[in-house]
Amino acid sequence: MACEWSAKLDAYVDGELSSSESTALAAHLRECTSCATYALGLVQMKRSIAAAGKRYQPGAEFRGKIQKTIGSKRRRDGSWYWKIVAIPAALVLILSVTVNLYVNREKARRERVYSELTDLHVATLASGSPVDVVSTDRHTVKPWFQGKIPFSFNLPELQGTDFSLVGGRVTYLAQSPGAHLIYRLRQHEISVFIFQDRGDGTAALASTPISRLSFTVESWTKNGLRYFVVGDVGAQDIESLSKLLRDAG
Amino acid sequence: MEVPDQRLSAATFEELALPLFEQLYNFAHWLAQDAAEAEDLVQETYVKALRGFSGFQLGTNFRAWMFRILRNTFLTSRTGLKSTVVSDEEIETIPSAAPNPETVLIERANREMVRQGLTELPVPFREILLLCEVEEMSYEEIAQVLTIPVGTVMSRLFRARRALRSLLVEKFKGVQNGV
Repeated sequence: MACEWSAKLDAYVDGELSSSESTALAAHLRECTSCATYALGLVQMKRSIAAAGKRYQPGAEFRGKIQKTIGSKRRRDGSWYWKIVAIPAALVLILSVTVNLYVNREKARRERVYSELTDLHVATLASGSPVDVVSTDRHTVKPWFQGKIPFSFNLPELQGTDFSLVGGRVTYLAQSPGAHLIYRLRQHEISVFIFQDRGDGTAALASTPISRLSFTVESWTKNGLRYFVVGDVGAQDIESLSKLLRDAG
Repeated sequence: MEVPDQRLSAATFEELALPLFEQLYNFAHWLAQDAAEAEDLVQETYVKALRGFSGFQLGTNFRAWMFRILRNTFLTSRTGLKSTVVSDEEIETIPSAAPNPETVLIERANREMVRQGLTELPVPFREILLLCEVEEMSYEEIAQVLTIPVGTVMSRLFRARRALRSLLVEKFKGVQNGV
């Protein structure tokens, strides 16, 4: 692989490139098959290692032992209530740490969902046949999903907009099937993912566009469905496609 | 996980350190390749960390700090001393074949194959892959855990992936030949 970009592909899939470099590399991937294949391989390898590496679980007994080792005495003697009254500062500290931890966990969970979706987006575009149903006509694409996924959805009329529909394919997020639609805006591809909203891990996702690496992601729920729009275009473009989808759904 | 700039207490330590318990155990087991030894490592890590917590620098990464203590504990353990007799300079020169990207192969390699591959990798390669993919640490965090420069993180990660890929190629050929 003699391509000048090849040395940056690892950092790219690890999300370690600056956003300008990342955008440039994303554009390059659309043109260079060898880099795209390599990047796809890396993404797959990252996923396999993540799955295979979560292997060992500590026993409950050992957990108890560690808790005992590090647990503060206050907790164990069970009479910590009055101390919280006496030392409100301690409560504030604990609360702030707990809230911090919670926020971090939520953030981590959100990051995982977004990371999986951007991986899907990149992997799909890098593959030889990104879509299984190729059509610019929403009336062809929508019925194609019938019987393949357990729900139905509406797609917007794009006449008079800069967006065009490329096609769609069935995809999976956290083991649940959904629709992956690809739209084109100028030279950019944008992925739209639609899943059933199960009110679980995705409930706290942002409804305004957020930037993740060089990608912008927007997500919302409507009529029991959870939508994600992912692409390397600007927040404004993501927002206008989202609005079209919202109005149609 | 940045620690807020406030006075730290035993309760704070518990709140910060306990959520890392399962991750630390998984990492310890991967390093030691033995359940009892992994428990010893985790136990010792928590004891050391609790003892050193007052000296923990505010504003630095707590998770990286805990993982660094665990790793250093492992390196000075009997298994650790046996498994990493190579210096950092030597690690950078461990040969790893560079096969063509075998995306189909990775796709078809099952989880067990990847697990075996990870187990067979030298510790420096195994640990960096786990920190990057399982713990989802940034290069900066990994650099803190391994106490190496970010540039070395990048080159070692690259070599580790290549090494795993060539191990999987061998395994895959073995399966195809019915070995």
